[in-house]
Amino acid sequence: MTRAKEKIMRGVFFIAALASILAVALICVFLFAQGLPPMLRIGLLDFLTGDRWRPTAAEPSFGILPMILGSVYITGGAIVLGVPIGILTAIFMAKMCPSPVYRFLKPAISLMAGVPSVIYGFFGMMVLVPVIFETFGARFDMMSGNTMLAASILLAIMILPTVISIAETSIRAVPQELYEGAVALGASHERAVFKVMVPAARSGVLAAVVLGIGRAIGETMAVRMVAGNQPVFRMPHEFFSGARTLTSNIIIEMGYVERDSLHFGALVATGVVLFVFILGINLLFSVLNQDRDKKRTKKAVAAAMEAAAEKAGQ
Amino acid sequence: MVKYKLENIDLWYRDFQALKNVSMDIKANQITAYIGPSGCGKSTLIKSMNRMNDLIEGCRITGKFLLDGEDIYGNIDVNLLRKKVGMVFQKPNPFPMSIYDNIAFGPRTHGIKSRYKLDYIVEKALQDAAIWDETKDRLKKSALSLSGGQQQRLCIARALAVEPDVLLMDEPTSALDPISTAKIEDLMSELRKKYTVVIVTHNMQQATRISDYTAFFLLGEMVEFGNTEKIFSMPKDKRTEDYITGRFG
Amino acid sequence: MKSILTFAKRKKPGDWARFLLVWAAGLITVAVLLYLVGFIMLKGIPHIKPSLFAFTYTPENQSLFPALVTTVLMVGLTLVISVPFGVFTAIYLVEYASRGSRLVRIIQTTTETLAGIPSIVYGLFGYIFFCDRLGWGKSILAGCFTLAIMVLPLIIRTTEESLKSIPDAYREGSFGLGAGRLRTVFRVILPSATPGIFAGVILSVGRIVGETAALLYTIGSVIKIPESLFSQGRTLALHVFSLANDGLYTNQAYATAVVLLAVVFAINLLAARIERKFINKL
Repeated sequence: MTRAKEKIMRGVFFIAALASILAVALICVFLFAQGLPPMLRIGLLDFLTGDRWRPTAAEPSFGILPMILGSVYITGGAIVLGVPIGILTAIFMAKMCPSPVYRFLKPAISLMAGVPSVIYGFFGMMVLVPVIFETFGARFDMMSGNTMLAASILLAIMILPTVISIAETSIRAVPQELYEGAVALGASHERAVFKVMVPAARSGVLAAVVLGIGRAIGETMAVRMVAGNQPVFRMPHEFFSGARTLTSNIIIEMGYVERDSLHFGALVATGVVLFVFILGINLLFSVLNQDRDKKRTKKAVAAAMEAAAEKAGQ
Repeated sequence: MVKYKLENIDLWYRDFQALKNVSMDIKANQITAYIGPSGCGKSTLIKSMNRMNDLIEGCRITGKFLLDGEDIYGNIDVNLLRKKVGMVFQKPNPFPMSIYDNIAFGPRTHGIKSRYKLDYIVEKALQDAAIWDETKDRLKKSALSLSGGQQQRLCIARALAVEPDVLLMDEPTSALDPISTAKIEDLMSELRKKYTVVIVTHNMQQATRISDYTAFFLLGEMVEFGNTEKIFSMPKDKRTEDYITGRFG
Repeated sequence: MKSILTFAKRKKPGDWARFLLVWAAGLITVAVLLYLVGFIMLKGIPHIKPSLFAFTYTPENQSLFPALVTTVLMVGLTLVISVPFGVFTAIYLVEYASRGSRLVRIIQTTTETLAGIPSIVYGLFGYIFFCDRLGWGKSILAGCFTLAIMVLPLIIRTTEESLKSIPDAYREGSFGLGAGRLRTVFRVILPSATPGIFAGVILSVGRIVGETAALLYTIGSVIKIPESLFSQGRTLALHVFSLANDGLYTNQAYATAVVLLAVVFAINLLAARIERKFINKL
């Protein structure tokens, strides 16, 4: 009786464990099944490198290069703006801030991570976009403040909590002995932190940046609300104009697309491209993590061997 | 010649008194060993000699540490103090960077930028720490690729690179195998020619092998201090005798 | 004679620069957060009126009540689907499967993959699969299943962590008394791991409440308290999005945003409190 129950529940747990595999399989199969054929019909090269997106024209063209570039520019801008502040804040929290400040800052950051993207987007619409228009509108002959700049600033804010918390954790994980070693050589606190502790945490800090990139590329609503969303081919210097990202391309046009049209297929294909982007980034992230794990094991093995040698010597 | 004079040192961690009225003269170019059972205060004392205990919260000190006659707990720059009084730790703690950068870290900290000078300092420090031959072809390699014993000699080289007067060593061989330990002990007799060395050790044979003077600590008190040979051959205090004959500890 | 030690005691310029940099960064982070929250609160709180909580939505009152109810329903239903799967998966990974086996590695990889997929891709998949292929149409049910997959990795991972943090001595003790694996899991392991699991569940609630991109095309946008699993609906976050996007009811948008923020903050505080309890317990 008990044995039967054991067996049954074991089976139940096992089947539940297969659910996440099934989910990934379903997502891949359906996305690729509905996304790849249209991509091939449009022509892979035309789709990926075409600079015209006119899905509803009499002679439609489906080039998503503008959106790929839009995602890249906006994410790049967010990284340039957000990562330095994020890493410095992480250093501040891990090593340089008085503990009352930390007790306030830590929950504040996790709160920041919990704010829904639609709130960020709304804030961007009501504050960032008008401010950008007032500041740069005349100088750059802008139609509105809905620009790549607005999206980048907003995303920079949104990735802060991710970057900060991962970078902080990895800086804190650096053994205190390294700090002592640096200070014992006459290094000041600041120098020991910046020149020894932070470099020692570099793979973790890099992982934080990669995860930030992932978040920025995948963000949809907030970007859609401030980026202007023109599916137009842009050059990097047109940072003060609007642009459309891969994500907002899907969310905007899903609203009016016909279910069985090539247009719909092209949107799913956009999703496929986004998916592949993200998979690449995740792969990079896990490689970085693995690298760190490997080093740690190496160290642990070395330590164990030394301990054994010491024992043998005594 | 007295290099470092300790006068009536009392040290507390919050309410716990870790050192009780310790006084001693540490002679220049000699090796002074601190021995005693764990928890006796020997590590505490050596850490307070270059103010590494500043990092510990709730640590309070009275008495005087006079380095060349100057009170190191007075109005001084603690970073310059630590440049003058170097330290090697129990566990080798090389920075996760290249061998070269490890050694150059100290000199760079103190403002040396010239590549030429740094090259010279790095080579000299590695030679002084007797690890030059093993590392000269791989200076750009990560210091973590060295063995534990090599790492510890690297840390000694790193400490030497800032040209200290005094070298404090806190159980430098306790994490090493016997062969590496022997290498470091050989090295120490060389080091005393240029530096004043203070070493904490839990290993009495090591103290007899390498040191000129020995201080025995027990429960925060310095029980006996004097010429190593004398301490080990005819201890004055019963407690010292008990300890060195292995009756406790 | 002036000694070398007293030579320079002040911070060097480089150290000053580093010091200022990190303080500036910390200040910017805090300022941005405070400004964002403060701005929404200041603009929204004055517009929180009883009419905003009227039972039915009309264009005049712009009531958020139906959206609030829908949100609660969505949270409940999504958790009913995802928590058993998530917790059972973690139990299988930690208590049954041999560590480092191929299956475990595959499941861990898929969990990581799921965790990285952007919500818009979930939305796309949910639309193609649940709404279209399974014929559920835009509905609460389709939305819940989409979100259930989305929060699955979060639940698996937090449960896995808290199961792993339970000392093996507990297991050995239980086995030693002759208890089977199943009994050990349910009587010994799970009770000690509950607070950790709960913290993960609450984080998932936060994600469900805040989600928009995955829901826009899976549950539709009808502002009514749903009558069945196949009704369309609109959650609070979606409601904020449409109010903001329409631009006609800005005041109500601010007020609704305040309510959404308040819900999210409450969830966050709860999660933090539970987590702290858990840590104290260990």
